[in-house]
Amino acid sequence: MAGSTPASATADPTGGLGKPTAGVSPWAEAWRRFKRHRLAFWSLWILCLMVAAVLLGPTLYKVGIGDIDFQSRLAPPSAKHPFGTDDLGRDILARMLYGGRISLAVGLAAMLMAVSVGVIIGAIAGTARGWVDAALMWLTDLFLSLPQLPLLLLLIFLFREPLKAAFGLEIGIFILIVMVIGGFRWMPVARLVRAQFFSLREKEFVEAARALGASTPRQVIRHILPNSLGPVIVAATIDVAAAIIAESTLSFLGLGFPPDIPTWGRILYDGRDYMDMAMHWALFPGLAIFLTVLTINFVGDGLRDAFDPRRVL
Amino acid sequence: MFNYILRRLLIALPSILGISLVLFTVLALAPGDPFEDLANNPNVPPEVRMALRAQFGLDDPIWERYLRWLGAMVRGDWGFSFVSRINVDSLILQRLPVTIAVIGLSQVLALMVALPVGVLAAVKPYSWFDRIASTVAFIGFSLPTFFTGVLFILFFSIHLGWLPFVYRADLSETGWQWWWQQFRQSIMPITVLGLFQAASWMRYVRSAVLDVIRLDYVTTARSKGLAERVVINKHVVRNALIPVVTLVALQMPAVFGGAIVTEQIFRIPGIGSLLIDAILRNDTPVIMAVTFVFSCLVIFFNLVADVLYGWLDPRISYR
Repeated sequence: MAGSTPASATADPTGGLGKPTAGVSPWAEAWRRFKRHRLAFWSLWILCLMVAAVLLGPTLYKVGIGDIDFQSRLAPPSAKHPFGTDDLGRDILARMLYGGRISLAVGLAAMLMAVSVGVIIGAIAGTARGWVDAALMWLTDLFLSLPQLPLLLLLIFLFREPLKAAFGLEIGIFILIVMVIGGFRWMPVARLVRAQFFSLREKEFVEAARALGASTPRQVIRHILPNSLGPVIVAATIDVAAAIIAESTLSFLGLGFPPDIPTWGRILYDGRDYMDMAMHWALFPGLAIFLTVLTINFVGDGLRDAFDPRRVL
Repeated sequence: MFNYILRRLLIALPSILGISLVLFTVLALAPGDPFEDLANNPNVPPEVRMALRAQFGLDDPIWERYLRWLGAMVRGDWGFSFVSRINVDSLILQRLPVTIAVIGLSQVLALMVALPVGVLAAVKPYSWFDRIASTVAFIGFSLPTFFTGVLFILFFSIHLGWLPFVYRADLSETGWQWWWQQFRQSIMPITVLGLFQAASWMRYVRSAVLDVIRLDYVTTARSKGLAERVVINKHVVRNALIPVVTLVALQMPAVFGGAIVTEQIFRIPGIGSLLIDAILRNDTPVIMAVTFVFSCLVIFFNLVADVLYGWLDPRISYR
């Protein structure tokens, strides 16, 4: 995307030489390319559908997540309970719709955290160079070689109780999980941004800005950063999927959200012990995680193609 | 060669120190006090508690505590488990071989799947084989290991009844029977972990081979009249593996994460399940030690990758 910003062409109402493609903004161009990637395009629709279901579902599907019905324990999927019930006769669809909100919220929040930390560190390293760059990259490499899951578990073990006491059960654990997952996923973004900065700051348009007397912060914020965002968006998409998997893994190990907050990983964890009697209990949440992650990965793949200037589509 | 490895080891040392620093900081920042119980106990006067704190050095400055802890770790004095009342190092040594075996074998499996499939897909890009392989790989690495594990148990253990779904460390069989049972119970965890890795490696191998196969020296090799098999195996794959090794080394932390999950699903008595048990029972010395061992393993495998890198790419000299 670097160097190919026709912003001036669109800003000029006379249209210059009247080229028919003059009005295509980089975003419209990216969208056009994205649509060419069939799987990514359909994945985006499925993903939107799932997000809509999770957001609107609990208001439309009026079954409580804690409604206990001993008459129909471990019931297989039926008209009354589309996804079946668990060992207390609670409706799994209702629990999944509710839990999906948390799973997706964790994914998005952790991604935002990872991307902001990554962009800041990468931008500082890419602008400052010298020993600051070296120190930050050493830190990045150190974090990359940390065993993430054990440390994640350790941090949750150590900080769960105090945060629970400080912010309440749900919010406390949410904050903790988002911080910890986000805190372990910023490294690839930082490296990407730094590499982008290194190549962009030598480009002519940045040089022009510098020649016009733009200060370093202005060069960075107005010129370099917006042009380095393409790969970051791709990485951010993949990060959402990774964060959802991380949250489900924690819940699956019994160390994520408590049992009364039914995230997908947690339902799968609870259903694991009843697999021989009620396989739907573990199957549906697992499928939900899989479908979400798969579609997000496909969307990421499509975005990668859309933002890659070398691609001619 | 020896000097090269030694130098790499010296580079790895600061990383281990850094990780130990991170670990210790986490522990020191964590709220909570090992003598909290005593504070609530009316029979223990505050002076005794203070004396205990002083005796265990909890009131010393933090860097002094770090150095003391590091010294103890280096000397091999890793404390003892609160729960099982045995030394942490012997507990870990007991569990480590299983973990290493499962991880090692699954990586070998991943390599055996990813390498041929990735190369074949890249040799004929956008063919049917490539399309199918790429899509399957995409699905493969979107499937979290805990879900594949559950699916495998559901299908092979419950539906078909072929394989046991609980890993037993104390098999009663002897001789060939023992190996057969061992094989039967290891096959699912190794496959779950191996296929997950294979899916992402296959993509790396494919794109790396695609990058190399268009280079001029490959055309030269072909025009010399070398057989296609020789061109691919001797000229393309070896060079394509160089970036793959880097990416694989970067993936090592994720592999260990996957191993923890797999051990938990199949109830394998490795250090991953030891960690989970220790966390669920607040067994702090074991948690610290296992996390540290995991860090060391990650660094060790990075070292192996570095050595492999030197072997694959003669331009990196072993000076």
